Amino acid sequence: MLSRVANSLYWMARYLERADNVARFIDVNSHLTLDLALPDDSQQWHPLISASGDDEDFYSRYKAADERSVVRFLTFDAQNPNSILSSIYRARENARTVREVIPVEMWEKINALYHLTQAHSRKRSVADLQDYYKEVRQSGHLLTGLMYNTMSREQGWQFAHIGQMLERADKTARLLDVKYFLLSPRHHAADTAYDAVQWGAVLKSVHALEMYRQQYHSINYRDVTAFLLFSHAFPRSVLFCLHEAARDLDALDHAATTPNRARAEMAILIRTIETSSASHIIASGLHEFIDLVQANLNLVDEAVELSFFKT
Amino acid sequence: MTLETYQTNGFYDELFAEDGAPHPSASPLIERLNALSRNELKRRQKLAENILYQSGNTFNVYGDKKGAEKILPFDIIPRMVSHADWTRLERGIRQRIMALNLFIDDIYNDQKIIRDGIIPAEMIFSSACYLKPCEGLQPPKGIWTHISGTDFVRDGSGEFFVLEDNLRCPSGISYVLENRAVLKSILPDAFHTMKVRPVSDYGDHLYRMLNYIAPEAAKDAPHGPNIIVLTPGIYNSAYFEHAYLAQQMGVPLAQGSDLLVEDDVVYMQTTEGLQRVDVIYRRIDDEFLDPLVFKPESLLGVPGLMGTYRKGNVALANAPGTGIADDKAIYAYVPRIIKYYLGEEALANNVPTYICEEKSDRDYVLEHLDELVVKAVNLSGGYGMLIGPKSTRAEQQVFADLIRAKPRDYIAQPTLSLSRCPTLIGNAIEGRHVDFRPYSLYGENIFTLPGGLTRVALKKGSLVVNSSQGGGSKDTWVLEDDGVLEDEAGQ
Repeated sequence: MLSRVANSLYWMARYLERADNVARFIDVNSHLTLDLALPDDSQQWHPLISASGDDEDFYSRYKAADERSVVRFLTFDAQNPNSILSSIYRARENARTVREVIPVEMWEKINALYHLTQAHSRKRSVADLQDYYKEVRQSGHLLTGLMYNTMSREQGWQFAHIGQMLERADKTARLLDVKYFLLSPRHHAADTAYDAVQWGAVLKSVHALEMYRQQYHSINYRDVTAFLLFSHAFPRSVLFCLHEAARDLDALDHAATTPNRARAEMAILIRTIETSSASHIIASGLHEFIDLVQANLNLVDEAVELSFFKT
Repeated sequence: MTLETYQTNGFYDELFAEDGAPHPSASPLIERLNALSRNELKRRQKLAENILYQSGNTFNVYGDKKGAEKILPFDIIPRMVSHADWTRLERGIRQRIMALNLFIDDIYNDQKIIRDGIIPAEMIFSSACYLKPCEGLQPPKGIWTHISGTDFVRDGSGEFFVLEDNLRCPSGISYVLENRAVLKSILPDAFHTMKVRPVSDYGDHLYRMLNYIAPEAAKDAPHGPNIIVLTPGIYNSAYFEHAYLAQQMGVPLAQGSDLLVEDDVVYMQTTEGLQRVDVIYRRIDDEFLDPLVFKPESLLGVPGLMGTYRKGNVALANAPGTGIADDKAIYAYVPRIIKYYLGEEALANNVPTYICEEKSDRDYVLEHLDELVVKAVNLSGGYGMLIGPKSTRAEQQVFADLIRAKPRDYIAQPTLSLSRCPTLIGNAIEGRHVDFRPYSLYGENIFTLPGGLTRVALKKGSLVVNSSQGGGSKDTWVLEDDGVLEDEAGQ
């Protein structure tokens, strides 16, 4: 497969996953706002900006982190490279350059999502955008379904799948980070009724509530942290995504033009996570641990680039 | 009851005879269209446009806000070509392509046709399409124009005339295939009653042809030859088509930056390292193919490609240099070219053409500018044209000056009364002028796809069908035998 094409497939899938996740973030946050009744809007919305490390960019163009500005920034701001609009635009541009290797229906759905985004891009408030976010999330499911059901399990699929899994691991980790900061230590004592409601919402935002309950039955942040980081069975847990990506990297081993550094970096990351425990991580700082995970994810991303896309 | 009041207005019509009755082969279609209410017809038109829009077969509108995309206007009323007409066209095209290939081969090698005085040397060597770096080239199997699109128009009597031979990188075939796919879902009932020849196997024919011209050694390789489509990239207006063709054949779509030449072999850069390339269906123009030979500043092509080609290590479709045979001035000589190489009379008519370079022709043109269509030989897409009967005195004066200054650059033709085809315009069905471009593949034999691109001038009275000038397209039905399914005819 052409290196350029492999690169485009990887990024197409990453951007699609990113758009899907940002839509989830906003959605769950707006629901939490209703439950929390915080005195200041920005306490609730600002963490979404810091989660992606976009503070500087945000405040250069917006005055305050109120709902309207944050929603605008994360959804339709073309200058924000991580907004839903930018992600879908880039996913489409990448898909356009690989149209000949992806199923027609997949291209058509991405194209439709792009046109839908254009059509909604004048709207401002979360209330007006409920349907749109829902559509973005459902398109995410549909596109993943198309990928799983219609692409041959060959290089094209493997690169797209690695992109999707790395992005998903990254976003699940970020979500946990933000919510841990926002919810647990600052406002409420742990293990209260509030805690259960809010962490329930977090689980919901990654479609994890039902699966979590089956394993842990009651909700508390330690178990949520453990579930979203370590579950070997839940498909959005960080570890699950990394194992999936690792399997593809193994399959691609013969293809790497240089020693498959991506595979080695991935092994290090997986070992780091597997040798930790939730209670230990929380005691020594969840935020620091997630920072470490993200730094390592970046190393994997760079190694994938070097091993496969640069020739 | 949408077509009962349709008027041909004295033009030759593709679906209706002069007396207002449908051509016999078109009548099942007309019946079906008439059974649809006007609103239903409009609804289906809208549906077709929507399918094309959703499929992303769009181009960006320049100067419009970001994201404004449009489809090539598409009209759901198909155009038909009867079995008898098609058989004649096919023979004419085949003869033309054979002769033009012999001509190109001769021009870049022996130049017998010049020595024998059939074509003046200056007509060839003054052409912008004559490429010196192609001298002495011997393409595999002696084929130069593997893919061509022959433009036809029909005059008032219903006679077909060749307007242009497009022998370089003719585009539009993806519209032929897409339009058909769309129309099958929009007017399925009409297909059930008529024997329309299929076009969907174009990709197979194209692949087989490209396989045929591969270097012999590559054909013995375990996986067969490596064939690719070469595109300038996503900003090219025909990018959709490039991707579409690669997809139809299941071959990689590469850009110049994906390729490199080492030791006279072309390679593509893959995730598994360099992989040899044997056949390139290139959709970039001659002058951009190889910066070492043509434009040094171009980044679209591959340095060293021409040397590799000359050595026979890679096949190019089409071969570089073919433009010499579709130069608009050379066009006037095609009947003589056919006679010279094949010893036959041309089966497909040329439009009578005045060559401004020749004095007697030029004098006639300058005196009759108000009657003629004048065309710049190096421009296409409806640019650089004077349509005499519709022009002002001042416009004629401008062209008179242009012609006197550079006669080699201009030809002129009488204005033909172009045929029309019923077309859905707003709430009504009106006649609009059409042309027709069938596509041919020259490999082991010459194959012409039974169909083609029918372009339609959507503006009332306009003769210019180019998409850049507000034209649209229609599905084109080439009919089998009498065109009507037996059980239907028996009713």
